[in-house]
Amino acid sequence: MDTELILRVYPFFLQAAWVTVQLSVLTAILGLVCGALGAAARLSRLRLFRAIGATYVSVIRGTPALIQIFILYFGGPQIGIQLDSFAAGTIALGVNIGAYMTETIRGAIQSVDRGQTEAARTLGMSRWETMRKVVLPQAARMMIRPLGVNINALIKGTALVAPISVVELTYTAQRFIGSTYKPFEMFLLSGVLYMIIIYVVGQGINWLDRRARIA
Amino acid sequence: MGLDFSVLPDYFGILLMGAGWTVAITVCAGILSFFGGIVFAVIALYGHWTLRLPVRGFAFLFMGTPLLLQLFLIYFGLIQIGIDLPAFVAGVIGLGLHFAVYNSELIQASILAVDKGQYEGARTLGLSRGQTLRRIVIPQAVRAVIPPMGNNMIALLKDSALVSVIGVMELTLAAQQAISRTYRPFEFYLAAAVCYYIVNLALEAGLRRLERRIAASR
Repeated sequence: MDTELILRVYPFFLQAAWVTVQLSVLTAILGLVCGALGAAARLSRLRLFRAIGATYVSVIRGTPALIQIFILYFGGPQIGIQLDSFAAGTIALGVNIGAYMTETIRGAIQSVDRGQTEAARTLGMSRWETMRKVVLPQAARMMIRPLGVNINALIKGTALVAPISVVELTYTAQRFIGSTYKPFEMFLLSGVLYMIIIYVVGQGINWLDRRARIA
Repeated sequence: MGLDFSVLPDYFGILLMGAGWTVAITVCAGILSFFGGIVFAVIALYGHWTLRLPVRGFAFLFMGTPLLLQLFLIYFGLIQIGIDLPAFVAGVIGLGLHFAVYNSELIQASILAVDKGQYEGARTLGLSRGQTLRRIVIPQAVRAVIPPMGNNMIALLKDSALVSVIGVMELTLAAQQAISRTYRPFEFYLAAAVCYYIVNLALEAGLRRLERRIAASR
């Protein structure tokens, strides 16, 4: 273990970890938006929307995220979409994790007892009111933990933008492995930073989950 | 620049060969992750602490870091200690170990969920501890986690795209080679995505059949 080397390069890794955090936050927000829209489409009364939602989930989950990132970043300019690598990576990862979140959110909504909907409708609430005031508050509590699993996968998934040269943790580790020939040290340094990010986010989700259970 | 899909047929052979290698990597890494998962699970639950602690530490490290980072570690780490493996082998080892850790978590929970009476019954009949695990507990535990392990196999198929980064010739790298000659990234990555999607659908169908057969044999 070359501690002197670690002490010399760690500031670069801290900077890269900050990029990974930014990527994770933006991707999570975009993913939640896509997930909410996707779940709404999949539960829609209109067959067209249901078909769109199902196709979104099936195609995105059926192909590698790396290919999706490459299509947007390298293929985008051919169809008039010119993005820098950070933006392309964030959008592709957000749309990708959104497909998984679609299924998480849909599952939570469908796990709310049907009797709740029926009772609310009988009391004269509209479909939208029933969803907003009765079903969603109950479903929201149940989706915190599984969404946390999605977000955990997403944080590790941000490594996939390394091949399009976003200077985040994995890219930085790769460059330093190349220049120092110390793969183990670089792996450990970036690995510890990933685990810290995942741990902090995990604690946040546990806190949210506990609060939701009390309420 | 616009799109022009007419270049695709010329490179059909390369893409098909790439898809073949993707399937080969997935199958090899899948087998490694299956048996590796069982071995890790048994060590993590019953191993001597000199084995148990390293395996647990390894699992902790591999579940908390990205696969891509692990692939770099294995590929360059092995070279550093003087083992120069072909990229294909390094890729299979990296993918296999990564998913072995995830399979091991499933199998551990499943082993603990096997009825204690099964264990006690086998021991009473005179089977040794090892025999009981090998012949009675593990077969039941593994059978119960085939469906979630199937999900891991589907994830493995898609994550096999990552080994293109360490230079393993498979579908993603095949597409990249075609692109380097034609400068048509959109068309070829889309074609690769279609290939992945087809293999994925086939794998899902196969897993569903397997699950039905297991459910029927209960």
